[in-house]
Amino acid sequence: MSRRPAVMMPRWILLPAAVGAVFILLPIFALLTQVELTELPSLLSSAAALSALWLSLRTALLATVLCLVLGVPLALMLSQLRFRGSGILRTLILLPLVLPPVIGGIALLNTFGRQGLLGQSLEVLGVQIAFSTAAVVLAQTFVSLPFMVIAVEAAIRGVHKEVVEAAVVDGAGPTQLLRSIILPLIAPGLASGVVLAFARSLGEFGATIAFAGSLQGVTRTLPLEIYLQRETDPDAAVALSVLLIAVAVIVIGITRPRTAPDALR
Amino acid sequence: MRSSAGLLALALLVLSGCSPAPAEESPSAAQNAADQQISVFAAASLDEALRTVAREYEEDSGVSVLLSSAGSADLLAQLEQGAPADVFIPADLQTMQRAESGELIASPAQPIASNTLVIAVPEGNPAQIDSIQDLDTGSAGSSESSSPSLVMCADQVPCGALAQQVAEAADITLSPVSEELAVTDVLGKVRSGEADAGLVYSTDALRAADQVDAVEIPEAAEFPNLYPAAVLRDSPQPELAQDFLDFLSSAPGQEALDEAGFGPRSGTGFEPEDQP
Repeated sequence: MSRRPAVMMPRWILLPAAVGAVFILLPIFALLTQVELTELPSLLSSAAALSALWLSLRTALLATVLCLVLGVPLALMLSQLRFRGSGILRTLILLPLVLPPVIGGIALLNTFGRQGLLGQSLEVLGVQIAFSTAAVVLAQTFVSLPFMVIAVEAAIRGVHKEVVEAAVVDGAGPTQLLRSIILPLIAPGLASGVVLAFARSLGEFGATIAFAGSLQGVTRTLPLEIYLQRETDPDAAVALSVLLIAVAVIVIGITRPRTAPDALR
Repeated sequence: MRSSAGLLALALLVLSGCSPAPAEESPSAAQNAADQQISVFAAASLDEALRTVAREYEEDSGVSVLLSSAGSADLLAQLEQGAPADVFIPADLQTMQRAESGELIASPAQPIASNTLVIAVPEGNPAQIDSIQDLDTGSAGSSESSSPSLVMCADQVPCGALAQQVAEAADITLSPVSEELAVTDVLGKVRSGEADAGLVYSTDALRAADQVDAVEIPEAAEFPNLYPAAVLRDSPQPELAQDFLDFLSSAPGQEALDEAGFGPRSGTGFEPEDQP
């Protein structure tokens, strides 16, 4: 892969760039200084912490899979279809990005809850979502899906028209075109979508507490456990936060492909 | 890169410039009540009632009250990090004790109000809950499907610890479907009809009276939750802060709290600190 030519940069941008980096890194550093290393193992090996970690990993992974299954087709549709109101639809689909997560949770409650729009029908089918792990996954998917859509849509728009046209001239059908041409070309965007969606799901708090509740092993994910621990044991809360950071760094490190997408390089 | 340390120093300078101005700025203003204000950090459940009290106090004394309402633990964390405030009113004694042991408090805390636990049920009481015994799941914790879905606070949160005490006094076992992080979250689940019952404070049920009904718990009367109030050590105007506390304990202050559903400030369980 050829290196991109260095862009001419004015030197003065280094100052705000450094301030920006310090602004992010300093609080994380400050958090790390609060950790009592000797107590870390005992703080992290409690049954509550372990079940919260395990629940967070499971639900965030499931939510990411859902984001892939639903988000990629959605992004394809939004990038290709031009109909009246498609712009409005696109704005509405990205709404969870700006919506306070607690409001997202209330919206989900009004949809899937017992008194919600779909709640009655779901209850007839014997499905009760509230206070279940499924509710956690739904909450995470709701807030994470727009990240996947944005990342993938940007990647699709970056695919050169000529490549697609050439494939069509060579006789590729729509599904073949998608599988052999589009998906490989947007792989970096897809990867960053996965990373963003997983990270957002892992950190999800507001929608989960409003929609799913908080019960150890069922709905109490790591962010909820952190918030709860802070009530009585701030040290444990900090230790769990470090655990959450570590998990995020590891998973993002694994997921991020060697050929990192431009957006992340 | 050699200048990164300098940048860091610069950033710190800029940031420290953002912190509130030193309180000693206007030492002579103590006589002039017109432009004085005190900052009160109070538990979220007190918010509405304290707004009323603050308005009356402002009319009475000319001192404006800046009310900052949040969860007790949030407020304590902010105070520990040096948030400027004059008065602290958490929702439980434990939080106040943590503030005392952190040497944040200037004078012994005094209770200003109390609150008792009730069962909040969605309007119309669909699960027909008439007493706390209806929430008993038995020692075996069986009959998951038939028992009403109960939501309460987690043990670590004051309202959860209180609920456990009440359950023990009533000799029942509670099996909640969710142990929430705050009493407002419990109320939210009942308001939306998602849960059949929730254990909340009587003031919470009163505030949401248009959407929830309250079922009294006789056993809860023995466990009132007290709201202690104290002047903060870093308050630049302790006399003014104490004056506001006195107003809270006075007839007009107590009246406003009573109207919001709070109980009397004297109750069992409050051990006043040694007087200086």
